[in-house]
Amino acid sequence: MSATTLPRTEAAAETRLRIVDCDVHPAMRSAAELDRWLPPRWQQHRRDYGLRLRQPFTSTYPYPKSAPALSRRDAWPPGGGPPGSDLDFMRQQHLDFHDIEYGMLQPLSVRGMDERVPGFAEAVSCAVNEWQHDDWTAKDKRLKGTIAVPGEDAQAAVKEIERWAGHPDFVQISMVTRALEPLGRSRYWPIYEAAAHFGLPIGLHTLGTSGHSVAGGGWPSYYYEEHQAVAMSLAAMTASFILEGVPERFPDLKLVIIEGGFGWVPSLGWRMDSHWTALRSEVPHLRRKPSEYLQANFWFTTQPVEEPENPEHLRKLIDWIGWDRLLFATDYPHWDSDDPRYAFKCQMSEAEKRAIFAGNAKAVYRL
Amino acid sequence: MSAETPGAIDCDLHPALPGCMALLPYLDGHWREEIVSRGLDDLDLALWPRNAPLTARQDWRPAQGLAGGSVDLVRAQALDPFGSSIGILNTLFGAPALHNVDMAAALCRATNDWVAREWLDRDARLRAGILVPMESPELAVQEIERRAADRRFVQVLLLGAAETLLGRRVNWPIYEAAEKHGLPVALQVTSATRVAPTANGWPTYLIEDHVNFAQTFQSQLLSMISEGVFSRYPGLKLVLLNAGIGWVPSFLWRGTKEWRALRREVPWVDRDPAAIFRDHVRISIQPIDAPPDPADLAALLEMVGSDEMLLFATDWPHWRFEGTDALPPGLPERLRPRVLRENALATYPRLKESLP
Amino acid sequence: MSKHVVAAVSDLPAGSRRQVTIKGRPIVVFNLSGEFFALVNRCPHQGAGLCEGEITGLVTSDRPGEFHVSREGEIIRCPWHGWEFDIRTGQSWCDPSRIRIRPYPVEVAPGARLVQGPYVAETVPVRIEEDYVVLEV
Repeated sequence: MSATTLPRTEAAAETRLRIVDCDVHPAMRSAAELDRWLPPRWQQHRRDYGLRLRQPFTSTYPYPKSAPALSRRDAWPPGGGPPGSDLDFMRQQHLDFHDIEYGMLQPLSVRGMDERVPGFAEAVSCAVNEWQHDDWTAKDKRLKGTIAVPGEDAQAAVKEIERWAGHPDFVQISMVTRALEPLGRSRYWPIYEAAAHFGLPIGLHTLGTSGHSVAGGGWPSYYYEEHQAVAMSLAAMTASFILEGVPERFPDLKLVIIEGGFGWVPSLGWRMDSHWTALRSEVPHLRRKPSEYLQANFWFTTQPVEEPENPEHLRKLIDWIGWDRLLFATDYPHWDSDDPRYAFKCQMSEAEKRAIFAGNAKAVYRL
Repeated sequence: MSAETPGAIDCDLHPALPGCMALLPYLDGHWREEIVSRGLDDLDLALWPRNAPLTARQDWRPAQGLAGGSVDLVRAQALDPFGSSIGILNTLFGAPALHNVDMAAALCRATNDWVAREWLDRDARLRAGILVPMESPELAVQEIERRAADRRFVQVLLLGAAETLLGRRVNWPIYEAAEKHGLPVALQVTSATRVAPTANGWPTYLIEDHVNFAQTFQSQLLSMISEGVFSRYPGLKLVLLNAGIGWVPSFLWRGTKEWRALRREVPWVDRDPAAIFRDHVRISIQPIDAPPDPADLAALLEMVGSDEMLLFATDWPHWRFEGTDALPPGLPERLRPRVLRENALATYPRLKESLP
Repeated sequence: MSKHVVAAVSDLPAGSRRQVTIKGRPIVVFNLSGEFFALVNRCPHQGAGLCEGEITGLVTSDRPGEFHVSREGEIIRCPWHGWEFDIRTGQSWCDPSRIRIRPYPVEVAPGARLVQGPYVAETVPVRIEEDYVVLEV
């Protein structure tokens, strides 16, 4: 009588797969926690003015989320504080429970690249990095930090990258995906140059308040639209990287796109190629077909995983992208997170599982 | 030369309107004087610069005059070589993008008159879309009403991006009128540029604008589905021109997934958005944006999950393919008659009234 | 199938729910205004424990902009992705024919009739007059 769609896929003990989770969200108990790492001048500024973003509200999202703190309702730590703010509870509910070998931190709530006041943008980025180190990566070696940068000021961003490059706890550089300008623009290139120089991937977690609507037609009415349109915004961002020539100029640069799913990836390549046939004279700096850069320089985290009606379509989709391009991510503790045991509704070989759940990430991040 | 696709219905042809001056005979006194005294002529859309290689195939550029500039050209280059029995003219002209809605209305009205007189009257195979001043739904409805009696106008043409997302309720009078008259609504790769085309603002290159339009189309569909346009106007069909189909599967999968999670926010979406999409949306085959291996087209189409969705088009005179290879390689044989003809007849009720 | 006592009626007041484990299976038992229902405590989507979800009504609409709430308290939303399930049947709102949580038969039996199970052994001496919620698994 049971007509569930949930397959029983628990791995047997002898083939136990340790997981690299490429999207884990630590949270501060409150923004005041930031003060521990802010100079007094900016502590005062934070209290008086707070973050200045390009959105209508001081701290609430313009599209109210579907759950408090956009989180799973079972992720609130029993000891208080918002989901993701209690390392012990994160260990118990997530890291230990799923036997996570490495968890890639993605701090979201305070981000320097989104801040409008330049000096504060630098101070916040710096403080977020110190916080990741002191409260997370130093306390649990499974966790790896991302270097937050005040990305709208490339020089200041490079300074922050240089401060952390080589530190074993920091494995990538974090930029918002909704920036002031298309991310392929040359104003951001010093960041990419530093990233390529230090061998650090750029982790592009879907985020940001650019002041522009999520996709081309204008401002949607509903969170339902905004949430789904994230994939559209990432496709446009990726096109900018490629068509402006970033991977052409920095062939070793690794770009990891986080929390966009991956269903949109192949068709972006096909559409770029179909238009490049006629319009290649406009972008003579590209020496290869646009889709070739997509296949060479980009990786994609899997959450929110695609769920076609026919599971075989998921396999075909991954064939088109490449089994070496996907990095598993849960997005813990957010409401739309994926459970590693059940997220993929298709059959996978042991080798395919190892690649997506761990191997690809270890290669990209050199873990 | 024998026709490649005999009996086909070509759903996307672009007659070139030289400019406002060509519309003077169709404008009333006030607007004729305004256009002349202000020196307003060129309203070419930024997405389609005349000399950009995409805008006209090299062998479709005449020695004299505009590509797509005459009935003789559409006969010789599009209708005859492909053997099309019907061709739908979708005028690419910037009038609807004007901020002055009265001027936009006058120019749209004149453009539709121009299409009727200088194109439809000259070849019985031709049909056309109605250009409307969409930034004023009220004036747009007036134009639809004025034109509806001429059965050669078979759809309503909208800019692909305008002042608001198209699902917003302010735009609904347009859909109500379109549904009432059996006119599908078609979106073109054209923008009023009221908002930036990406979340990161304005891209650098023309190729980006065209590539990103696949996302703009998706945002419009998402808006129309989630605002309840298709629940409210169940007879409405939406035609996407130059959208490609590569993105369709991921859009459908994501739509279903998000709906299961968030449908309480939009409870009037009372069935799977993928089913709504398959019932209401039709897409022209130029460009197809399919996998490079023709053998994979069948797999993509299986994911799209509808034999009714694709409409034959050459996109004349735009450069999408060479020779007469308009059908995508790998198109399953069983779909050929549907794509060439049957799907268009099912989409456009008016085409059946005068079947050649 | 065997019968298992999972709670005294008075311990599961109207509108409440309780998670129990029977034969190794996590099950959540609901009291909907005096009627009892039980579902496997596992969302068929990605396995979340439904017991942690919100209990709500069903939001429907006749036309855009109008909201109609019915069946207050009879829908449980998964604590992760928000999928909605009918507590009475286990069927999902979005795809009732394909997506469903396994329901279990629940009955209320007078305490005196019960002869087995640890719960009975522990509580009968002090609460012999109570009625019990009994699951058939």
